[in-house]
Amino acid sequence: MTHYLSLILFTPLAGALVLLFVNKQNENAIKWIANIVAFVGFAISVPLWFWLNPQSPDFQFVERAPWIPSIGAEYFLGIDGFAALLILLTTMMGSIAVLSSWSAITERVKEYYIFLLVLQTGMLGAFMALDFLLFFLFWEVMLVPMYFLIGIWGSSNRLYSAIKFFLYTLVGSVVMLLGILALYFHGHTVTGVYSFDVTQYQGMNLPFDLQWWIFLSFFLGFAIKVPMFPFHTWLPDAHTDAPTAGSVILAAVLLKMGTYGFLRFSLPILPEASRHFVPMIVTLSAIGIVYGALVALAQKDWKRLVAYSSVSHMALVMLGMFALNPVGITGSIIQQLNHGISTGALFLIVGIVYERRHTREISEYGGLSKVMPVYAAVFLVMTMSSIGLPTLNGFIGEILILQGVFVANKAWAVIAASGIVLGAAYMLYLYQRTMFGKVENPKNETLADLSGREFATFAPLIILAVWIGIYPKPFLDRISTSVNRVVARVSPQYATALAADCVTPLPVASAAGTPAAADPRLMARNNADSANSAAPFLSVLPCGPDGQPLEPQAGTLGAPPTSPTSPTPLTREPR
Amino acid sequence: MRYIWLIPLLPGIGAALNGLVGIRAFSKQAAGLVACATMTLALGLSVVAFWQLLGLPAEARFYDVNVAEWIPAIPLGMHDGLIGRFHVPWGFRLDPLSGMMLLVVTGVGTLIHVYSTAYMAEEPRGGVARFFCYLNLFCFFMLMLVLGNNFLVMFVGWEGVGLCSYLLIGYWYEKKSAADAGKKAFITNRIGDWGFILGVFLIYYTFGTLDFRAVQDAAALMPVETMQFGVLSAIALLLFIGATGKSAQIPLFVWLPDAMEGPTPVSALIHAATMVTAGVYMVGRNAVLFSHAPMVMEVVAIVGVLTALMAASIGLVQYDIKRVLAYSTVSQLGYMFTAMGVGAFSAGAFHLMTHAFFKALLFLGSGSVIHAMAGEQDMRRMGGLKKYLPVTFMTMMIGTLAIAGIPPLSGFFSKDEILYRAFEHNTLIWALAVVTAMMTAFYMFRLMSMTFLGGYRGPAWEAAGHGHGGDSGAAAAHPGSHDDHAGHAATGHGGHGPWHGPHESPTPMTFPLMALAVGAMVAGLVGIPAAVGGGNAIEHFLEPSFTASTAHQAAAEAAEPAAAQAEAAPEDNAEHASVNIERALMLFSVVIAVIGILLARKFYITSPEVSERLAEQWAGAHRTLSHKYYVDELYNATVVAGTMAGGRGLWGFDRHVVDGGVNGTGWLTLVSSWLSGLTDRYVVDGAVNLVGWTTEESSYWFRRLQTGLVQNYALLMVFGIFAFVGVYLILRSL
Repeated sequence: MTHYLSLILFTPLAGALVLLFVNKQNENAIKWIANIVAFVGFAISVPLWFWLNPQSPDFQFVERAPWIPSIGAEYFLGIDGFAALLILLTTMMGSIAVLSSWSAITERVKEYYIFLLVLQTGMLGAFMALDFLLFFLFWEVMLVPMYFLIGIWGSSNRLYSAIKFFLYTLVGSVVMLLGILALYFHGHTVTGVYSFDVTQYQGMNLPFDLQWWIFLSFFLGFAIKVPMFPFHTWLPDAHTDAPTAGSVILAAVLLKMGTYGFLRFSLPILPEASRHFVPMIVTLSAIGIVYGALVALAQKDWKRLVAYSSVSHMALVMLGMFALNPVGITGSIIQQLNHGISTGALFLIVGIVYERRHTREISEYGGLSKVMPVYAAVFLVMTMSSIGLPTLNGFIGEILILQGVFVANKAWAVIAASGIVLGAAYMLYLYQRTMFGKVENPKNETLADLSGREFATFAPLIILAVWIGIYPKPFLDRISTSVNRVVARVSPQYATALAADCVTPLPVASAAGTPAAADPRLMARNNADSANSAAPFLSVLPCGPDGQPLEPQAGTLGAPPTSPTSPTPLTREPR
Repeated sequence: MRYIWLIPLLPGIGAALNGLVGIRAFSKQAAGLVACATMTLALGLSVVAFWQLLGLPAEARFYDVNVAEWIPAIPLGMHDGLIGRFHVPWGFRLDPLSGMMLLVVTGVGTLIHVYSTAYMAEEPRGGVARFFCYLNLFCFFMLMLVLGNNFLVMFVGWEGVGLCSYLLIGYWYEKKSAADAGKKAFITNRIGDWGFILGVFLIYYTFGTLDFRAVQDAAALMPVETMQFGVLSAIALLLFIGATGKSAQIPLFVWLPDAMEGPTPVSALIHAATMVTAGVYMVGRNAVLFSHAPMVMEVVAIVGVLTALMAASIGLVQYDIKRVLAYSTVSQLGYMFTAMGVGAFSAGAFHLMTHAFFKALLFLGSGSVIHAMAGEQDMRRMGGLKKYLPVTFMTMMIGTLAIAGIPPLSGFFSKDEILYRAFEHNTLIWALAVVTAMMTAFYMFRLMSMTFLGGYRGPAWEAAGHGHGGDSGAAAAHPGSHDDHAGHAATGHGGHGPWHGPHESPTPMTFPLMALAVGAMVAGLVGIPAAVGGGNAIEHFLEPSFTASTAHQAAAEAAEPAAAQAEAAPEDNAEHASVNIERALMLFSVVIAVIGILLARKFYITSPEVSERLAEQWAGAHRTLSHKYYVDELYNATVVAGTMAGGRGLWGFDRHVVDGGVNGTGWLTLVSSWLSGLTDRYVVDGAVNLVGWTTEESSYWFRRLQTGLVQNYALLMVFGIFAFVGVYLILRSL
């Protein structure tokens, strides 16, 4: 069980390797293998839901081994509730994406599935990595398969979109790498050890001006990925031209990398800078919400409309996060899941008719309720989920975010709440134009309703949408410690309230450990010199001492020669 | 009462059954049966629960059930810097107010479900199941709204009924106007919800809880904001914005008339009896909060009375039978808000209840007429239907008298209570309300006259028009064919056969009409004011819901004007005077109603030419009213067009400026790489090539030296030696 995360992580990759050895002509075998691998990948990740201890403040399922000892890089995996939910979302959407491609992809089938599976590993790795270099590796690994997915299997303008996607995100990640390196060298001057250990930096108090610069560099990397307002234009192009499965993965998982990065790295490592930059991020988010919604209203291309709605929703996620209070951040995390579910489903929905009609023009459709009633019903549920109808998932996210934001600043909430009006406007306008009215285009008269396979791609999403909407407690419970960890860093005034909360649900911990067992992680974050959040974490860790022996080696020769070389190959290689 | 959460759940189950299985598998009858059965069960449970509630002593009529956690407690700061807990349970509450609403919703709801089984019988099979799925779902959400014990559960219902309204208005989605109307309703409601939800946030921020009772208790402790616009006023105003959306008040009333695109039972249930009253109900739920914000109360009263007046005036000139009723609904809702605004919460809630009966009755009656006329809604093509639809006529007449405020029908008592309280509050509001009352009586009798009385205009027009069943139309005009229609009505409608002229509707439709007519007659009896010797039971019953739960109750009750209270000392002179005033007002309002009725009679029966002449004389005013004061046009030109233009503008901005920046960067990169390419090729590589070229060229010349002849080499050597020696000597001599 100690390699559970690795198992989840490498199952898709192993599947991709197997596919390499299958004959190209044997398309059915390839499809079956890919589907089975993706589904198994999901199935083996499901126990995460049950095995995760929602009360534990530490990272769980930790795996740690030296990777490049000379520079202090480790193979260091570990997750908390937040990452666990995103991992489950990834494996689930991954298998849905693979299933949805069954009849949509007819060319270069083998390569397609290999890329999808490799992409899957890249995304999972980024959510699991607790070592900055490892994280960066997975972060970059994701780009390549996605680039090919858009560039080879995409529609009309695919090359432009693929290159735009690749270069744009690459610019961000290179700048982010600079930030990581700045952290890395600062860590060395403080501790005397070269280390990419994320948990170590999460407890470290950095000087403000350093935080300022690192925040900006992280910001560029993550904001492009989210994407936040002025950096969003790659998204509609990439979405529009990507094949259905690519859009689904892109919306459901890839965009979450940005928000995950903010929440995992920016907020806990750079709390002062995060607070300092709240006005900037909030302004961009508020613009993004209204702007994305208004632009969506003007779209004539179905997929592009959903893409802009994505911009609007992700801006809401960012806004909730930078309310910097527990409710806002909780809502932000839940909304990330919701966005994965509902926007993923919306792209699947476009994909269904695109496969039948090969057009995304909204005006080509109309009256589909008549010919595809089940499809219309599914679309309706997902539309309602997307516009935040209560009893569906979107509402929980929106209400928590907006309540959190309201407490932080009323004016922001007033602007953000207008997004719910516009959201209803563009989605219902879309729904009316496609589903209602008479079937006027003769090509639509014979469209087939959802097949069993297609319905199977939606079923889990609908179930989740209703589940989160009606009984979100299991989800909220699982992320509460992740939220508290972040909040304790960025909004220390909540620490006491959190402590009061923690004493009750953690009777086991306080009985087993020292009397102050419930407090130290909160106390530690408040004074936060040597006793950082990583300290109790490392002490529990079986392979924790492994970090120590690395010091002398890393300190003497490892770092100086490698540090200048490491950025260069990474920046040059893709060109 | 422990099982009150089952009441909303039952129709929810019905909706799920019809939605998941029914659309594919159920016959029309089965779909209707499932829906009606779940609603009847819910009604039964509601009656039992209400009975139990009545059995409790007045101050203990309050029952809470928390079924499950919805949003578990999450720490969140409040206005005073304290850190509270944002916590929402799935909680339901039965108290007098919700109990009354519960009975209205399940009672009227069940009747309308029964009615629909016949009204929708001609729809295709899957369509019927879909209809009942939506209708049941609506009841589920409506009961959620009514029973929720906190703002968010109420909001679930609030938004959910909006969804169902959207789906049901757009039930005939192939019709563009229906789909448009559904969308308009949803989006307009969303604008209201924007206010509501911000109000909810502010409530948490202020009180740290979203439970109705806790909020009322906390608000009761705060000072009344007479002079300044404080936080309670802000909350109340935001909530009221939500109410204007849901209950179709100025400025968000525009969606309700369009909502008549839906099937008529939907108009009766959703857009008359229940959903649209949700705003009134919500204000009543927060009576303490609102009464601590007198300025907002003024706003509520003014908006209410202006809406009432405006909608009634539009109703005067409409020809579509359902639109008249729609504007009437808007107008009556305005009445209820007037009541709320002047602090007469019980009167408002009372009127809500009586209105639910008579307006549902009127809508169902109009549905019966439309059904009889094979879909015709224009009253100009009706007339004289009395003899074809006797039951419909009688029941609708009862409803009309009730809405006009003729004693002892229900509308009289509730409306009169409102008028009296408005008079006490402000004479101007009262005067406007009275004018509205006269208009109400007028347009309702106009409706009745045009539809049921006078000559029969429909078939002749039909026959002359597009020859739709011309022969049968002509026959229908003939009184002798009456028996034929009776026979047809008895056999029911199997399908879309040729229209055989107007006919009475089948029993499943007439039964709810009769039941509602009884309701419209007697519902008022629970609220007979003390001034005419009644006990005003409803006011006493509802009072605990409008006051804070604890010690403030006594104080609040004392603050309430005691005139309406039966036990208040009758010897008191002031009391006596006000009783006299109340009686006078009652008499006056009856007179007003009668004047309205007589005017309508004069205009539309005895001398119809008068109305045409008036319409010509006042052409401008008439046109303005016909076009509903051009509000739709105004909104389309400003808000809708503005938003769409904004969207298009930003889309252009996005493509050209934001993305232009990105592409510009890309282009710059390309240009610079091209320049670098040039530099590389011509400068850097040029230098390299220059070296090579130089070497090559020079070698061409130097090659000449390599002759291979020893003599030449020797000669060169000699020259060389001479040269060196010469240089050496010259240098030395220097």
